[in-house]
Amino acid sequence: MRQIWDIHGGVHPPENKHQSLQSPLGTIALAAELVLPLNQHIGNPAIPVVRIGQRVLKGELIADAQGIFSACIHAPTSGEIIAIEDRPIAHPSGLSAPCIVLRPDGENRWTDLHPCDDPTLLDHAALVEKIRRAGLAGMGGAGFPTAVKLNPRSTDVVETLILNGTECEPYITADDMLMRVYADEIIQGALLLARIVGSPKEILVGIEDNKPEAIAAMQTAAQGTAVEVVVFPTKYPSGGEKQLIQILTGKEVPSGKIPAQIGVLVQNVGTAYAAWRAVRYGEPLIERVTTVVGEALTVQRNIRVPLGTPVAHVLEQHGFSAAKCARIIIGGPMMGYSIEEPQVPVVKTTNCIMAPSHDEMPPAPPAQACIRCGLCAEVCPATLLPQQLYWYAQAEDFQRLENHNLFDCIECGACSFVCPSAIPLVQYYRAAKNSIRRLDAEKQKADRARERFEQRKERIARAEAEKEAKRLARKKAADEMKSRLDEQKPAAPLPDPVAAAQEKAQTVPDDADGQSKKLGRQLESVQSRLQHLQQQIAECEDAARRDALTAQLRQAELKLEDVRKKQDDLERGVSLPLDQRLQNVAQKIQASPLEAQRNAVATIEKRLAVAVEKMEDAAREQKPTLAAFTQGVEKLRLKLAEAQAELAELERQPISSDSVNPEENAAAAAIARAQAKAAAAANMSAEEKHAEQLQSLRGRVDKARAKLAEAEASGSEHIAALRTGLEKLQAKLAELEQGK
Amino acid sequence: MIDLLLTYPIISALIGLCGLSVFFGAVLGFAAVKFKVEGDPLVERIDELLPQTQCGQCGYPGCRPYAEAIAGGDVINKCPPGGQATVNKLADLLGVSAPALDAESDENTDVKKVAFIREDECIGCTKCLQACPVDAIVGAAKQMHTVLADECTGCDLCVEPCPVDCIDMIPLPTTVKEWGWQMPKPAKGPHIIASDKDLIASDKDPARDRAA
Repeated sequence: MRQIWDIHGGVHPPENKHQSLQSPLGTIALAAELVLPLNQHIGNPAIPVVRIGQRVLKGELIADAQGIFSACIHAPTSGEIIAIEDRPIAHPSGLSAPCIVLRPDGENRWTDLHPCDDPTLLDHAALVEKIRRAGLAGMGGAGFPTAVKLNPRSTDVVETLILNGTECEPYITADDMLMRVYADEIIQGALLLARIVGSPKEILVGIEDNKPEAIAAMQTAAQGTAVEVVVFPTKYPSGGEKQLIQILTGKEVPSGKIPAQIGVLVQNVGTAYAAWRAVRYGEPLIERVTTVVGEALTVQRNIRVPLGTPVAHVLEQHGFSAAKCARIIIGGPMMGYSIEEPQVPVVKTTNCIMAPSHDEMPPAPPAQACIRCGLCAEVCPATLLPQQLYWYAQAEDFQRLENHNLFDCIECGACSFVCPSAIPLVQYYRAAKNSIRRLDAEKQKADRARERFEQRKERIARAEAEKEAKRLARKKAADEMKSRLDEQKPAAPLPDPVAAAQEKAQTVPDDADGQSKKLGRQLESVQSRLQHLQQQIAECEDAARRDALTAQLRQAELKLEDVRKKQDDLERGVSLPLDQRLQNVAQKIQASPLEAQRNAVATIEKRLAVAVEKMEDAAREQKPTLAAFTQGVEKLRLKLAEAQAELAELERQPISSDSVNPEENAAAAAIARAQAKAAAAANMSAEEKHAEQLQSLRGRVDKARAKLAEAEASGSEHIAALRTGLEKLQAKLAELEQGK
Repeated sequence: MIDLLLTYPIISALIGLCGLSVFFGAVLGFAAVKFKVEGDPLVERIDELLPQTQCGQCGYPGCRPYAEAIAGGDVINKCPPGGQATVNKLADLLGVSAPALDAESDENTDVKKVAFIREDECIGCTKCLQACPVDAIVGAAKQMHTVLADECTGCDLCVEPCPVDCIDMIPLPTTVKEWGWQMPKPAKGPHIIASDKDLIASDKDPARDRAA
């Protein structure tokens, strides 16, 4: 007989295990729909791999593990996926969470399984993978993914494998029943798990002494194997992982560490059974043994229930009376939680469904003041000081709570159970733990926010600095340029832009060369625009847009004509300023007729060339103006021929000034007369000049008198004007005569 | 020299005292240089307690400026995102009595909110991007913007600049993962003992009174 150690504290609540052990392990009819939460375990929720409306077979994967710290979910029976949505789940919060909803087709047809006749042939990795694919999670109540637990850190050598068959919580008998019925498979599972974790020195199955039948069955099954069944006195909460380790090995798991760090691995018997089924038969975890108990039921027993079965359906199958039932509890009376919504599903960790009557589980008496009796400290299995924790939790003194190892509390409820003032101590600890976790999370978030804020500030400051640097560089460059300009013309004041523009405006029109260049540029741009527009019209398909484009084209054509005309004018000198034109005229006049004729011929030739070009353009584009152009070209040709004939004639004649056409030379003659007169006036003496003026004035007075007489005779309306003109002339004449 | 000191012990005492003061002065001077604390440690500690929403509701441009202001003597109840809990913690740190939170609205500040952009209405103006103190909004000009809910501090500084009012502050839903047990509510009224319970029940039930 091996040595058994004791744990500190502990309580002995009424066991109440006999009710559910009267009937053998049963099964129930399939529910109308199965609800499978994606997160039935600790860790990341699984990811659905099925579509709504998809038909699945029993044991088919419907949600895959998300990362290592997760577990797969399989279809508990064959049927159709009818929804993937939020449904209420078995959780103390009563909240909803994402679930896959399966409607069974009643055929219960298995998918292809991959059994393994001899698991001893498989290596460690293959075994762990099989267990991972089967979606195993700890079935004692916490739901820790089994595959993770079977892969301890390389530094942690497992010396003791413990199967937990303690089941210390009152009312629950699921593991008891499992051990009675499937003892052989549990032992096989124990050996399998031992092989996976590297054949530890000891393989122990811990069972409390209140389960004699299970002990007998397990001992029989364990005979001849390395598995040792250890029986120890019943006490709540011996089934806690750390408590069980202490009872069986005498070793205590240090605060904040896990059992693997002291060479111990604990698995629930249900997990061992599921692991064996998964490896040997390839069956995934799709059902579990659950205790259904409570005086509000007519049948109280253990059943094998497919995962996802709504609690309401389970209760219905056991003669549930809602009137009698005080509340529905998931888990045991010590650590379980009540649920409001009976439609929540059974999951991998649901080991008990309780429907107690009002007498069986009366409401908790009102909490009273703590009388500091210290009973709670006596019963605490974790050797904490519940009373101190209670004070600090009330005062929300989280620092002190942590100093008093709040996080070592396993929330077993022994302290609340013994409290004479009925203080819900565990609820205080849970709330305090939650607050601490929340504050930690908030602090982390605040730190991240602070970091992001600082980084943002830095970034903005950097951008500002860059901008400032650029601005300074630009300013510097501008200053340099300015100083260089100042050096070049130190005295010159800054040019006034307005004056410069005015000057330019004045100079440009005078500059014929510049203007012709400008016209050339205009011509080019208008032509290119024309081409562009034509291309656009050709490409355009929208009628309205084509119309608009055509209008634009017409405008451009007009402009083109205008520019061409201007150019022609410029060439001919029409648009030249007046004095320049006068010069041209004078040049023409002074030029010999031969030269003039030659110029005329050249001009006509030029015009003809332009006209021919225009005509060709028109012909190419088949414009209606073609006829007009053709006519114009013919006329120009005739003119050209005439001019050329004249030119030929002129060339044949000898060059002489007499031959100059008198009409053409009238202006020249007038100029010559005026010039001669001016020269004569310059040569005359003052008296002669005076006599001359007098004479001419007398002549003018005579003429004016004659005109006046004529006007009086004809009765003209200009008589008055003529008379004043005459008077003025007479006055001038009198003045001149006096001056003589 | 020794004779002189022996003759006038007062001089030797003076010399000894002067020597000691010079020595300790040197030690203190060295320590002041060697162990000089950069910045104001109080500001750091106050900043630690502030919620870092950078919302500016206190009237300062961010949490750190407010921490500096508190260190400089400003009142500690100007932080609505932190709520009364932050005020209490600050009071604890500074050793003053905790004033009530100076919140203008009686909104429940315990509910965490995050900004949410109605994306089909967003015109991509980048105004909210510039307003966000923690760069929690992603987007570009004329592109749709969206809020990184994990990084959003719920300061609602982005709501006001939006020209099309497409930003909502929505309360974060409680998920199973974030849910936690609440503290049991302390019993109302005077504490009673268990044997009083029946008495109280009979007080409430007139039928029972009649039966009695």
